[in-house]
Amino acid sequence: MAEPLLKVEGLRKSFGGVLATDDLDLAVAPGEIYAVIGPNGAGKTTLISQLSGALRSDAGRILFAGRNVTRLGPPARAHLGLARTFQITSIFHEFTALDNVALAVQAHDGHSFRFWRAARGERRLREPAMEALERVGLAGRADATARFLSHGEHRQLEIAMALATEPRMLLLDEPMAGMGPDESARMVDILYGLKGGQTILLIEHDMDAVFALADRITVLVYGRAIATGAPDEIRANVEVRTAYLGTEGVSS
Amino acid sequence: MLRRPATIVVIALFVLLALVPVVSEWTEVPFYTDFGRRMMILAIAALSLNLIMGYGGMISFGHAAYVGIGAYAVGICAHHGIYSGFIQWPLAVAGSAVVALIFGAISLRTRGVYFIMITLALAQMMFFLFVSLDKYGGDDGLPLVQPSEFAELIDLSDKTSLYYLVFVLLVLCFWICRRLVNSRFGMVIQGARSNEARMEALGYPTLRYRLTAFVIAGMMAGLAGALLANHTDFVNPDMMHWTRSGDLIIMVLLGGMGSLAGPIVGAVVFLALEEVLAGVTEYWMLIFGPFLVLVVLFARGGLLGFLDRRREGRDG
Repeated sequence: MAEPLLKVEGLRKSFGGVLATDDLDLAVAPGEIYAVIGPNGAGKTTLISQLSGALRSDAGRILFAGRNVTRLGPPARAHLGLARTFQITSIFHEFTALDNVALAVQAHDGHSFRFWRAARGERRLREPAMEALERVGLAGRADATARFLSHGEHRQLEIAMALATEPRMLLLDEPMAGMGPDESARMVDILYGLKGGQTILLIEHDMDAVFALADRITVLVYGRAIATGAPDEIRANVEVRTAYLGTEGVSS
Repeated sequence: MLRRPATIVVIALFVLLALVPVVSEWTEVPFYTDFGRRMMILAIAALSLNLIMGYGGMISFGHAAYVGIGAYAVGICAHHGIYSGFIQWPLAVAGSAVVALIFGAISLRTRGVYFIMITLALAQMMFFLFVSLDKYGGDDGLPLVQPSEFAELIDLSDKTSLYYLVFVLLVLCFWICRRLVNSRFGMVIQGARSNEARMEALGYPTLRYRLTAFVIAGMMAGLAGALLANHTDFVNPDMMHWTRSGDLIIMVLLGGMGSLAGPIVGAVVFLALEEVLAGVTEYWMLIFGPFLVLVVLFARGGLLGFLDRRREGRDG
């Protein structure tokens, strides 16, 4: 495997007596779509928060692009090219879709102590923002106030905002959460379109989506990785079946 | 964008304010000029509060402190025989900036009710500090021996000149706020109001932007204070009492939080109602209170928001 873009070594996090992340190792190669699956309470969102910097880890190291980022906060990690989306849609509801994405572009275009020029008139913000909206198929809704977009469109907007920062790696926290089958399928298409070029670490409940998208999968149970491998290996793994897949029933 | 009702109200309001001294002279009621000037000075203060409260989501319950510091900068200078406005006014703005920087750095680490309480506490601290300064009149305050001097440029002892200076500064502050709110900086503070976790995840260190907004608002309030000192020929600690901060919050809410012209409308309506109602009954608050509740309940965007329902997070 090529030098991993993201490398996690011995990562731990506990809340009170509960281990949410238990001595976890991960390595994500550039260009790869890496999925982390697991039952509810497996510590998936905790992991995303640790990777994005929103949660401090108790022990272990996180290396991103060869740099130790374990002690960096979210803004610093974002600037290194680690962009996350949120399980519960996290956008700017009062702004238009385009404003939302433009704000993401602006975050990576130097400091924002610019007090005079109208930001909505700046082509170097609006054009990349529009491109990101096009990539997720939301260009037609650019001028709609975000509050009035549908749930599925919110999720698309989240991805567009993350993409607009031109990240080296996307951390997607359940991008299909709460979606109907149609919306889900559209999201799989969107993510599939990013495959190959964009490194993605994905956390997801939707097994069909995961098996369709992921190059490699890690199964997390009670904060511990019980298996890692290609989709076929995971599907065949007995331990995984009993711990997780068997109980939910994989459609194959 | 220029055809919206709120914009028309603003232009009409500016035209009316510009005409007040003319009417005042005509009708030989000097009170109008005096009253209009007071409205505009408080409008500048409310405008500055709206910048952090309406756009930045920082509900400061101590904004009058910066007005007071600006006023005292003028009063204390004059007390020591320094009458030049070129010294007094920059000092007023700089003094407010320094205090806003310190108070902001402390209070912006908290959120919600805690932020409100800390800004209130810090402002009350300033109030009591000036009450205890016997050298500068303590409780009674300081009379201003003479207004700020601007060489041959403008004579502020002429009340009409002062009126138009205030008018020009109000328009200028309005324009500055308009630019600020729509700039990259403005987008960041609005984003931080709307969803701070998201801003951090996008890579914005939000605290420094919010603090900058807090300081800018403090400076503008300090300018209002310098004007207020010249307006009343007098400074006293009451100017920074918490009830004054409350008045400013009410003005912003009344006119429309987060719309640019809202605070100006709010200040004008607030003072006009106070004046009219106080003439009718001593218990004018009994009428004003329910009125305010109705505005807040039924016109969420204040009086201007009521006129301009279609405003959707854009500039006002």
